[in-house]
Amino acid sequence: MVEQVAQMVVHGEAWTVKELFVLPNEYIYWSIQIVMYPFMTGLVAGAFVLSSLYHVFHVEKLKEIAKFSLVFSFALLPVAMMPLMLHLQQPFRGINVMMTPHFTSAIAAFGIVFMTYSCIVGTEIWFVYRQYFVSTALDLRAKQNRSLVDSFRLTLFTALTLGAWDISKEALETDHKACSKMAAIGIPVACFLHGYAGFIFGSVKANALWMTPLMPVIFICSAIVSGIALCILCYVVTQEIRKFMARRHLARWADDPNAPTVEQLEGAKQEEVEMTSRYLVYFMVAAITLEILDLIFRGYTQVKSWDILREVILERDFNKIFILQYGFGNALPFFMMLLPGRNVRRTTIACALVLFGVFMMRWNVVIGGQAFSLSFAGFMHYHMPFIPHDAETFKEGFFGALTVMVTPFVLFYFINKVTPAFHKEKDCH
Amino acid sequence: MERRDFLKKSIIVVAGASVPLSALELVDPKEVLAANPDIHWAFLLDTHKCVGCGFCVKACKTENDIPFNAKVTRTWVERYVYTKDDRRYIDSPNGAQDGYTESRIDLGQGNFKEIDPENVGKAFFVPKLCNHCETPPCTQVCPVGATYKTDDGVVLVDRTWCIGCGYCIMACPYGARFFHPVEKVADKCTFCYHRITKGMETACVNACPFGARKMCNINDINDPVTQIIMNQRVGVLKDEFGTKPQAFYIGLAQEVR
Repeated sequence: MVEQVAQMVVHGEAWTVKELFVLPNEYIYWSIQIVMYPFMTGLVAGAFVLSSLYHVFHVEKLKEIAKFSLVFSFALLPVAMMPLMLHLQQPFRGINVMMTPHFTSAIAAFGIVFMTYSCIVGTEIWFVYRQYFVSTALDLRAKQNRSLVDSFRLTLFTALTLGAWDISKEALETDHKACSKMAAIGIPVACFLHGYAGFIFGSVKANALWMTPLMPVIFICSAIVSGIALCILCYVVTQEIRKFMARRHLARWADDPNAPTVEQLEGAKQEEVEMTSRYLVYFMVAAITLEILDLIFRGYTQVKSWDILREVILERDFNKIFILQYGFGNALPFFMMLLPGRNVRRTTIACALVLFGVFMMRWNVVIGGQAFSLSFAGFMHYHMPFIPHDAETFKEGFFGALTVMVTPFVLFYFINKVTPAFHKEKDCH
Repeated sequence: MERRDFLKKSIIVVAGASVPLSALELVDPKEVLAANPDIHWAFLLDTHKCVGCGFCVKACKTENDIPFNAKVTRTWVERYVYTKDDRRYIDSPNGAQDGYTESRIDLGQGNFKEIDPENVGKAFFVPKLCNHCETPPCTQVCPVGATYKTDDGVVLVDRTWCIGCGYCIMACPYGARFFHPVEKVADKCTFCYHRITKGMETACVNACPFGARKMCNINDINDPVTQIIMNQRVGVLKDEFGTKPQAFYIGLAQEVR
């Protein structure tokens, strides 16, 4: 008698349902974390590009939001790496990518591009906030009877000045120039960081849906769209919180005589949102055009894979692609922003929808690309694990994705204590 | 001990130790294992001879420690059934590790289809395994270089260096790769490298009772299997990807992908 042995669950089996003929080894190996990965790097790149619009092209009206988005992009940086680490089967070997980078692989460049980009963002923030570091450290030093927290802050800010205490007009002018240069170098690097995320997918010739040279460009455009949308959304939300705090005198800064009034905050918000959303619309037009072009091209050329792609795109994933992504994520916010009588509230809702649309686009690319078998004779369905029952279903499930989603906001809270994104005085550029 | 004796004995020790120590010379492991440029391994599969018994799958799983109760496999057998009313059915339940003992077709999700034998136009089996491509897309995309091609034409994975990103699995157009359920690294057919480098056959070739699977050194024109590849009409899977597969098929139907 044959002994019944319990089935061993292989990676991917927990969330993959196969239909018709699918090769035995095929599963949805790249799941929610790989959806999160381009989404998060996109936000990083987008937020940085937005901040560069002020620093490089001197769009003065964006000054306030530019500072905010620069600090926010710094908070997002470590999070771009998180989904990858959560996805790896051998996370402790992740460092191997830095040790033996195999340069024929698109992922191998990750370490180098990511480090370069981190350095650029870090340097730029330092130049922007150097004057603030110096003056804070000097203020603290002059203070009598420092508390423990003050002593800690003094040490921290003294360290952050890196010994550069000169805040004469000439020195600040040099800072400003250096800052513009870093931002200028940063734009292509940010685009490269995200463009190559698109290349990772676009270069997989085995996957009929992914393989297109347009993929990196589509990814860059949608990255900028999502980054700007997130910055507007967060900016409005934080300004609302600040307004609330100013009105109720909840924060320490609210009692300061130089503190912005509720009216000033409201005015600044409207101006910044108005200007920024205009850029959002420009980039949205570019992103949607490219995506539609790709779709039309596939339908028109009708190569071998079109039969199965048509079934996935036009039938099985129709709701996800045309209703959720293009409908709610692109068309609706587009009209919301173009129709007359636009106000901050409407723009904010539109931005939330845009973010959802970009997330759905990542989902439809990553999961949709694995929805059909290499045999072109079967389909795979993805069921995202909600309630985790082991480490794997946590990491690559709803709560893993949520962890990645929440982390940048937690980081922003702490980073904001050191480099305040809303610092109004002339202490920073 | 006198200084003279000490020097004498030191010389003897150094001379004596240098003989075994010379064996520790640093060499490229690839060189030691297989650097024989005269050998280039290739595989030949005769679909006319395969009956879908699944012995090859069993032998492979046993030989290479792939758990029987895991739904992944280094080699598998597919069944193709074409009905007279022009319908096509394909299945490979559990990679055919238990052989095709049932006539009904597995449609997935617990659904099965019984086909009237009178209605069957043609039906055949196709064994599959890693094609050990000449230009493998899987080794190209590995971010850490943990998977590589040996000089004698076999694509291998270094289990101690693989980070488990799954990029190679995505890049393989043949679905030959998977995550090993125990080792948690990418895994694939190795042409039983531990056997062929010792002059033995692969486990699947050894287990096939009908000679549907054969291996050869494609550089040796006197090898009978090489001669079949040279003289008969053989095909490869998905040649449009430019991967130059080294697994050749006799009697390949165009529907087999």
